[in-house]
Amino acid sequence: MSGGKPPVLRAEGVTKSYGGRTILQDVSLSLEKGELVCLLGVSGAGKTTLFHALSGLERPDSGRIYLEGEDITGTPGRISYMLQRDLLLSHKKIADNAALPLVIRGRSAGEARAEALSYFARFGLTGTEDKYPAQLSGGMRQRAALLRTFLGSRGVALLDEPFSALDALTKRELHRWYLEMMGELGLTTLFVTHDIDEAVLLSDRVYILAGQPGRIAAELPIRSQRPRRMDFALSGEFLEYKRALLALLEA
Amino acid sequence: MKKSPSITSKLPAAGALTALALLWLAVSEGGLVPSFLLPSPVEVVRALVSDGPVLWENALVTLAEAAWGLGIGILAALVLATLMHRARVLYRALYPLLVITQTIPTIAIAPLLVLWMGFGMAPKVTLVALTTFFPVTVSLLEGYASTDRAAADLLRSMGASRRQIFCHLEFPSALSHFFSGLRVSASYAVVGAVISEWLGGTEGLGVYMTRVKKAYAFEKMFAVILVIVAVSLLLMALVTVLRKRACPWEAFEKIERND
Repeated sequence: MSGGKPPVLRAEGVTKSYGGRTILQDVSLSLEKGELVCLLGVSGAGKTTLFHALSGLERPDSGRIYLEGEDITGTPGRISYMLQRDLLLSHKKIADNAALPLVIRGRSAGEARAEALSYFARFGLTGTEDKYPAQLSGGMRQRAALLRTFLGSRGVALLDEPFSALDALTKRELHRWYLEMMGELGLTTLFVTHDIDEAVLLSDRVYILAGQPGRIAAELPIRSQRPRRMDFALSGEFLEYKRALLALLEA
Repeated sequence: MKKSPSITSKLPAAGALTALALLWLAVSEGGLVPSFLLPSPVEVVRALVSDGPVLWENALVTLAEAAWGLGIGILAALVLATLMHRARVLYRALYPLLVITQTIPTIAIAPLLVLWMGFGMAPKVTLVALTTFFPVTVSLLEGYASTDRAAADLLRSMGASRRQIFCHLEFPSALSHFFSGLRVSASYAVVGAVISEWLGGTEGLGVYMTRVKKAYAFEKMFAVILVIVAVSLLLMALVTVLRKRACPWEAFEKIERND
């Protein structure tokens, strides 16, 4: 974090209730360009509600969302949102799945497809262009969903447990790849996880969302060097951060 | 790719069919049942050959009625199911009505249709349309309703309009259901056309059937039944071919479908 720059994404005092029950209470957060920020929290703390609000799917009862200074509260289509499952449409080929956000924005199918194809190599998807999602492994499907997410905004991506459904080895591989790629493409990411190791391993900063109604209970910067070595997960520094997060979660 | 398992899976059905034909042959040729009650398969085949040209001509008429009726039924089902899906009020208003219309026996409306529309093709096509329209409508409605809500949220988060969600998600998701309904409808279509021909008409397999029944030519009766079965199977096979072309992704999905 360098401080002075204006944030890319900012939420201010977001409050949301359903049927008389307050789910989120006065949640504020901000992301700088290129940051990878993690939202860590127990189940039922309102993470999905918060992501729905940030993505514009739901309008908060009060509070505003800003994207590069512009008020985008309740406006979908500005920030990419990758929901929990990969949600690739089973009837579209991988290239058309990836190109979908461009088509939704009014680009022609051919143009959108060509643009999506130009990223296939970078996303490790070469050879899957004309396959259907059912023909791909979980890791490849996740890559395809991440490409679709990337094409959806270029700037800011919200990922809801993007790696949780994968086996340990695939997860490790995707972690490494995602960090590399984010740096290269200048993406800003806010992602949800239940996995403390994943939070420490990937993040520049961790927000802890806790309580009922959910609020930001704590914020912890992870100041380890970048790019992180793969043995970071075995270092004493890693364990210290993990301990700190555990303490914050139990507080 | 996986030819051999599909052949082995069809073996029992082929075996059962052969056994049934042999049983029929044994019972009729062996004199267990008098031939005026149950003609032997040999006689039936002979009738098929001798009346071949007449059967062919009549089959074409019936097939045309079935195809037109099915086409109109599908079109009506597409329009109605889509409207009912888009407007909840319409769904609530029309769904019970749709179910009630299905309890009216075909055989009861057919003479009314003849009364209203005459002896030509119109009442036959109408009857087929009425009987085929329901399965397609219901399966389309089911298909629309089975759309993944999370996928719809995803599209909305991309800024998709209702029309875009329909075109990119709801309609393609409903296609598999649509074809399942269409298969049922295709099997109804020929039977519907035949029934309406019984009750008034000058050509078609149903008319031929009434004629040979009156002449107690039971071997021809069996021959025409075989033709009706063949035409129905042909229509159903056509639906399967269309489905494979329209939904190529289904070939890769792990869920077993009962076709």
